[in-house]
Amino acid sequence: MDAPESSRHADPEAAAAEGADAASRSLRQIAWQRFRRDRVGMAGGVVVLLLILVALFAPLLASWFGDPPNEFHQDLIDPLTGGVLRDPDGPSTELDPWGGISSEHLLGVEPVNGRDLFSRIVYGARTSLLVATVATLVCVVIGTGLGVVAGYFGGWVDVLISRAMDIFLAFPLLLFAIALVGVIPDGAFGLSGNNLRIGVLVFIIGFFNWPYIGRIVRGQTLTLKEREFVEASRSLGAGSAHIVFREILPNLVTPVLVYSTLLIPTNILFEAALSFLGVGINPPMATWGGMLDNALRFYTTSPHFVIIPGLAIFVTVLAFNLFGDGLRDAFDPRSSD
Amino acid sequence: MTTDHFTHAVPPGNRRGRRGGSRRTCAALALGTATAVLLAACGGAGGGGGGGEEVDAEFNEGESSVVNPSDQTGGTLRYAIASDFDSPDPGNTYYAFSWNFSRYYARTLLTYTGEPGEAGTELQPDLAEALPEANEDSTEWTVRLKRGLKYEDGSEITAPDVKYAIARSNFGDQALPNGPKYFRDLLADSEDYEGPYADGADPLEGFDGIETPDDHTLVFHLNKSFAEFPYVLIQPQTAPVPPEADRGVQYQNRVVSSGPYEFDGDYRPGVSLNLVRNDQWDASTDPTRPALPDRIEVQLGVDQNEIDQRLVNGELDVDLGGTGVGPAMKGTLITDEAERASVDNPQSNTLRYVNINTVLEPLDDLACRQAVMYAADRDALQRAWGGDTGGDIATQIMPAALPGADPSIDPYPSQDNRGDLDMARQKLEECGQPDGFSTSIGVRADRPTEVSTAEALQQALARVGIRTQIKQYPSDTYTNTQAGSPDFVHENGLGLTVYGWAPDWASGYGFMSKILDGDAIRDAGNANISELDDEQINAWFDEVVTLEDPDERAEIYTRIDRRAMEQAAILPAVFERTVLYRPANLTNVYYHVGYSMYDYMPLGTTREE
Repeated sequence: MDAPESSRHADPEAAAAEGADAASRSLRQIAWQRFRRDRVGMAGGVVVLLLILVALFAPLLASWFGDPPNEFHQDLIDPLTGGVLRDPDGPSTELDPWGGISSEHLLGVEPVNGRDLFSRIVYGARTSLLVATVATLVCVVIGTGLGVVAGYFGGWVDVLISRAMDIFLAFPLLLFAIALVGVIPDGAFGLSGNNLRIGVLVFIIGFFNWPYIGRIVRGQTLTLKEREFVEASRSLGAGSAHIVFREILPNLVTPVLVYSTLLIPTNILFEAALSFLGVGINPPMATWGGMLDNALRFYTTSPHFVIIPGLAIFVTVLAFNLFGDGLRDAFDPRSSD
Repeated sequence: MTTDHFTHAVPPGNRRGRRGGSRRTCAALALGTATAVLLAACGGAGGGGGGGEEVDAEFNEGESSVVNPSDQTGGTLRYAIASDFDSPDPGNTYYAFSWNFSRYYARTLLTYTGEPGEAGTELQPDLAEALPEANEDSTEWTVRLKRGLKYEDGSEITAPDVKYAIARSNFGDQALPNGPKYFRDLLADSEDYEGPYADGADPLEGFDGIETPDDHTLVFHLNKSFAEFPYVLIQPQTAPVPPEADRGVQYQNRVVSSGPYEFDGDYRPGVSLNLVRNDQWDASTDPTRPALPDRIEVQLGVDQNEIDQRLVNGELDVDLGGTGVGPAMKGTLITDEAERASVDNPQSNTLRYVNINTVLEPLDDLACRQAVMYAADRDALQRAWGGDTGGDIATQIMPAALPGADPSIDPYPSQDNRGDLDMARQKLEECGQPDGFSTSIGVRADRPTEVSTAEALQQALARVGIRTQIKQYPSDTYTNTQAGSPDFVHENGLGLTVYGWAPDWASGYGFMSKILDGDAIRDAGNANISELDDEQINAWFDEVVTLEDPDERAEIYTRIDRRAMEQAAILPAVFERTVLYRPANLTNVYYHVGYSMYDYMPLGTTREE
């Protein structure tokens, strides 16, 4: 979702200075050629695309292959241990360490309530990707804006913004998030329930992670503003606004795209951590972190319940990282070809 | 007391949120759990090890009888706990395990009888010569101390020292914050007393609620009739403290012992507390403490999974917290035939329940509350609490071990406890909400079983169109500022709140007064979360404390219980059962209903050093 949005930003660039246009277009073509040859990066990209589709079509997938994510199936559960029975119709209370994986429940069911794990994983993908992508967008907007300002104007503005970045990076984010979620009353900002929780999560993650993007953008701006095409523009009498929006920003699209792809997995993990700590999304809405938290009680009797959401997080984070690495290698002119 | 894992509640001194509690943060807990699980997973969770020895006992034998009786003395008894004492100072503690453990070094005026089963709720004298004598209207109580009682330094224990101990734990702005404040609420002629730490030559000046006509007599003057006053005298706050040794909060580092053991070095918060024999203690004055081991060691802040593993391997004798093994070990123990005989699964005095607010619309209408009662699926609630080993389905409020508890109270019966949907719909019609209504369920986020409870309730209520939103809060503020604040409950529409409760003392008053009496509603740290303010129930609470006969009181408690159920203020889920591991070398082990854990006083060990 992020990629097409950002590449549209690049369009003004096409209408801008012709020299820069030709160079960057060919760079993009070269990059795409490189990326296509990077099998690992491609695999990551395919998985990311699949995940996005899964998240978009979660209700459809759940209705085809599973049950509603909050529907209980306690007939499959041994009430004593909360574990999933190997043979729910028989008298035996033997437990199935694989959580009753069957044609009805593709990934089995969770202990105690017997909710369908496939549906919950699929719906959990929605929550994870939604929070992570929107939070990353917030990071990109704040980080790019302040990074460009710091890099372009320099002087005391740069000092101020750079110190602000240091402070934000030093902030004990997790503790702050835990405290904040506890004190924000329901109904704040006109939001309630999980809309509010999602809003708060997006705010916290986005507002405190922007310096990662900001530092890169600042560094790039510092080099870009010394380049010939910017000097040329300036000598022709272009104002700061023109130079920033028409000359510098279009050239930042690539690094920002690459680094935001790498920021998404960090943010997915952060959302999972907060849900794991119980300050994320409210139940019964499915989240991977929340499932993992719940699963730890049952790791002796229902290990599958730990493994499945753990794998979901693992695969997603890995795919985004590989995809992002692939993008970076493809765009970085210094990487070997 | 609320049932935080190991705790009693928000101390009453905390009611208006003036003092900080002593709770761990949810983050620390949750992170701890995560690490724990990893560690335990690495070590392997297999049973066996030291537990392979023959165990001459049955599953859950410790609930009803003393297992492995022995009078063998000597050895070291090793305790460990995942958290820490709120304070080992007997005047500054509200944790049940701490009330149990502190008896090693702090003798109180009265104490529970050391017997398994319901007999354990009866009282017997400890420092006192006999049970206290009351005047006609139970406003004046006289206690006489035994002669020849000594502190660890050989000096005599006197009545003014007991009076001083009560003063320091209850009165003044600088009173020790953790414990309950029953004496402050009950004693007459002490309203203006500012406590022993206020300036002044005589620390007890102005404290006229307790008279000490001689060194061995205490006369308590109460501001109202209170027939259950003897229960107040079992609190560790009545353990004597020599005024010259008092260091305020720091007294916890080196408590002056009146019991069979004394501190071996200082208490080290978060690390350890060790006890050795006190040679000044005279066994002939003490009916409750066999004092078998020579040495007692407590390790603090040990990970729960490690504690469980060491218990099973025989490297540890008792989990001090007394709340049972962690969820991972529980799963292993209850499915392992070989270990079953070493497991106790007693019913505790803890009720797990859901408050139904009586003020918020539309739950202010009795029929709407009753619709919730009928629609609830108690079987699913029990499953959320861990099935039969997690707790027994509750249809009344008072736990079975308390006098007056009546399991036949069941105003909302249903097939297989799955809920009566027809009756629920009928009640919804009656309260003018035929299509159901919306409300929220408040729950502690770091309590997975409570979250499961909320989810199960949400599913059950949805069957009749009652739509609910689950809202999670951190447990260290939940009892005080979220569920415990009526304003917060109203603003956030928390019509239903998942909660737990255990009695301050083993009686109907000790259990129900804080959660059902209209006069107990507070602005913060409120435990009457349903805000039930029923004239009839309030009147019964006023009446019951004037009755001398325990059987008459028990009868009134039954009536209060039934009336509260009919008023649908509390949806009881389960009376909790804990899973306790009983190592083979531990002697005289039984479950004490007063403390809701093993009685620590008779424990000994047969382990060779």
